[in-house]
Amino acid sequence: MSWEFIVGHLPYWLFITLMMTGLYIVVAKGNYVKKIVGLNIFQTSVFMLYISIGKITGGTAPIFPLDLEVDPETVYSNPLPHVLILTAIVVGIATTALGLALIVRIREEYGSIEEDVILDIEYRLTQHENAVHGDAMGGRA
Amino acid sequence: MMQHHLILRVVVKILAPAIILFGLYVQFHGDYSPGGGFQAGVIIAAAFIIYGIVFGLKQAQQVLPGWVVHKLIALGVLIYAGTGIYSMMAGYTFLDYDGLSPAYPTGGQHNGILLVEFGVGVTVTGAMVTIYYAFAGRPPRISDEEW
Amino acid sequence: MAVEPAIEVTQIALTLKEQLPILQIVVPFVAAPLIVFFGSRSLTWPITFAASAISLWISVALLLQVADGGFISYQIGGWAPPLGIEYRVDAANAYLLVLISAISTVILPYARKSVASEVARRHHTLFYACYLLCFTGLMGVVITGDAFNIFVFVEISSLSTYALIAAGAGRDKRALTAAYDYLIMGTIGATFFVIGIGFLYMATGTLNLADIAERIAEHGGNRTIHAAFAFIIVGMGLKAAIYPMHLWLPAAYTYAPSAVSAFLAATATKAAIYVILRFVFSVFQPDFAFQSLALEFILMPLAVLAMFAASFIAVFQSDLKRMLAYSSVAQIGYMVLGITLLTQTGVTATIVHLFNHGITKAALFMGAGALALRAGSSFYDRIQGMGRTMPLTSAAIVIAGLSLIGVPGTAGFISKFVLVEAALDKGWWLVALLVVFSSLLAVVYVWRVFETLYLNAPAAGTIRQEAPLSMLIPLWIMALATIYFGFDTQLTLGAARTAAEGLLAGTTGMLK
Repeated sequence: MSWEFIVGHLPYWLFITLMMTGLYIVVAKGNYVKKIVGLNIFQTSVFMLYISIGKITGGTAPIFPLDLEVDPETVYSNPLPHVLILTAIVVGIATTALGLALIVRIREEYGSIEEDVILDIEYRLTQHENAVHGDAMGGRA
Repeated sequence: MMQHHLILRVVVKILAPAIILFGLYVQFHGDYSPGGGFQAGVIIAAAFIIYGIVFGLKQAQQVLPGWVVHKLIALGVLIYAGTGIYSMMAGYTFLDYDGLSPAYPTGGQHNGILLVEFGVGVTVTGAMVTIYYAFAGRPPRISDEEW
Repeated sequence: MAVEPAIEVTQIALTLKEQLPILQIVVPFVAAPLIVFFGSRSLTWPITFAASAISLWISVALLLQVADGGFISYQIGGWAPPLGIEYRVDAANAYLLVLISAISTVILPYARKSVASEVARRHHTLFYACYLLCFTGLMGVVITGDAFNIFVFVEISSLSTYALIAAGAGRDKRALTAAYDYLIMGTIGATFFVIGIGFLYMATGTLNLADIAERIAEHGGNRTIHAAFAFIIVGMGLKAAIYPMHLWLPAAYTYAPSAVSAFLAATATKAAIYVILRFVFSVFQPDFAFQSLALEFILMPLAVLAMFAASFIAVFQSDLKRMLAYSSVAQIGYMVLGITLLTQTGVTATIVHLFNHGITKAALFMGAGALALRAGSSFYDRIQGMGRTMPLTSAAIVIAGLSLIGVPGTAGFISKFVLVEAALDKGWWLVALLVVFSSLLAVVYVWRVFETLYLNAPAAGTIRQEAPLSMLIPLWIMALATIYFGFDTQLTLGAARTAAEGLLAGTTGMLK
């Protein structure tokens, strides 16, 4: 792997790093808010992937000049991935807002946003259910 | 209680209208220059949110009641879809802006983008303010020690 | 600005018939904000039902147009593909559109009473708005011919699904954590999917599915395309709850309101399976060694594992809704198995099973909801003996249960028969045998339901009354449909054959 290869693909390395960081946080952290943060980092990595696809070496911002005369010499960056990512960002916001709203409700019902505490409460709820409903039918798996 | 932060309150009072004005500029100049409904919606919502943060949720909701914000979200989507349906009625495909004024396609394109972006702006404003209201409106359950 | 001269209008006005593909999406999509805009509870349900019924009518009209193997292309905004977004209806997705809208239309009358009893009244308008958005999203996933558009619709349906599941929190607070878990996994799945789309765009420079297919066929595979394939399969696999990625499903279906469980179980995973089908067969032609190896050696064992592991877990459940959820995971195993056979009969089996399992599960979840309405919950010890107090509901559950097993004369038999036939065609007699054996597990868990309903005395403290008529009629429509489609296979099997033919041979216009 040559030096040029590594430097030339810098956005992709960053994409991989961010993606793995985000996924790791989602999986490893027990705090529900931190999971959402991880999810955001994960999604951001995708934004980076798309935007680096749109970059064309030497290209400028693809905005129509005011005098409406396009110089055929000018190289423009590809605007399509940016537009796609605008949509993905909006989706990301919606996901974050919904996730946080769920966390608020979870906190109201469970009194905690730590995964192990919540799992513990749910485990006891299930135990209770099994005691009440399970015995007659031989318990659950 | 509201006697604190005199500077903040004065600054926000001055800034809020300016922010909304800037938002409207981004909204309606969006077809010529970078900008458009998403950005404008967030900017306008920011004005209400900063007002709410400094003066309290109640004051903000007197300016912009929660139920109005709800309707705004729906209204924006209806404007967007309505534009598309109008072009369908004219016999063009959904959201084909040429259908808005078949004789002058460029003008139709222009109006179409304005209308659609306006719809987007209204919905985004509504959605952002709703998110703020929803979170700020919850009674705080976390005591200061827990932080 | 100088006024430009008026031009001669040469555009030929499109007729309503030509506008049908977009109306399919626009009708439910506009109905959702209308509900919120009017904010009137008495208008909410009628608008939702009307939108769903109109969608059903449109989807049937579309299916009739494409039933002979052609396709309809609709250009949004007048931008021709591959630049613009295109809606492309062929036999495969018209079939799915009919399935989703039909199930939605049958479930809605049922939902009225069921939702009223399970969701707080002040949430009703927003609940139905979310329902319509979820419906729009699922229809959109199926109808669109643009890769990124699929992602957008997937997110529309998923985000509203999370909210719908969380609406079950009024009965059990675990609905919240179920929705949260689904949100995390669903978002990871959708993001994986969008990474895959990014790789495809990188490799081909286009987002139109037909165009991507053409370029892949022209230039063959490379590493970017293989990566795209992997990301898309994993991403959609999460959405479709393919076996090891199914962990969100049982809790979500158990704690969601019954009407939502019925709707999601019958449609949501099906739309994801359809996307996998579409990508595997139309976009990436599976003749690349990489794809077929991945399908044969990774997905196939997982599918078989799902059939056994999930059925086995289902046997030991003490809650009817949770049992049905695990059985769904097992049934998805059959659908994935059909895909991994990579033959036309295999794909036919998958598509037929999409439909047959859809109606079967809808009936079962509606039955579970009806029982829960009278018994308070769907635990076996609460619903026991209901065969006597709610004979009609219980009978419908038993009929649908027979279809779940695959008893001859029911819809479930047809799809399993085609699946076994496909496996034997390919010479995989062991797989065929496993399909039959796993059905025996289904016999066990359906027998437990039967035993609970009919061979026990009713539990104390339950309301001994048959379910209301508005719930019984939809339930029986579905239950009778499972029998009807067990005998008349012309509609299901015929359409599935055309669809599979189109998907495999590229006659759907994916390849010119």
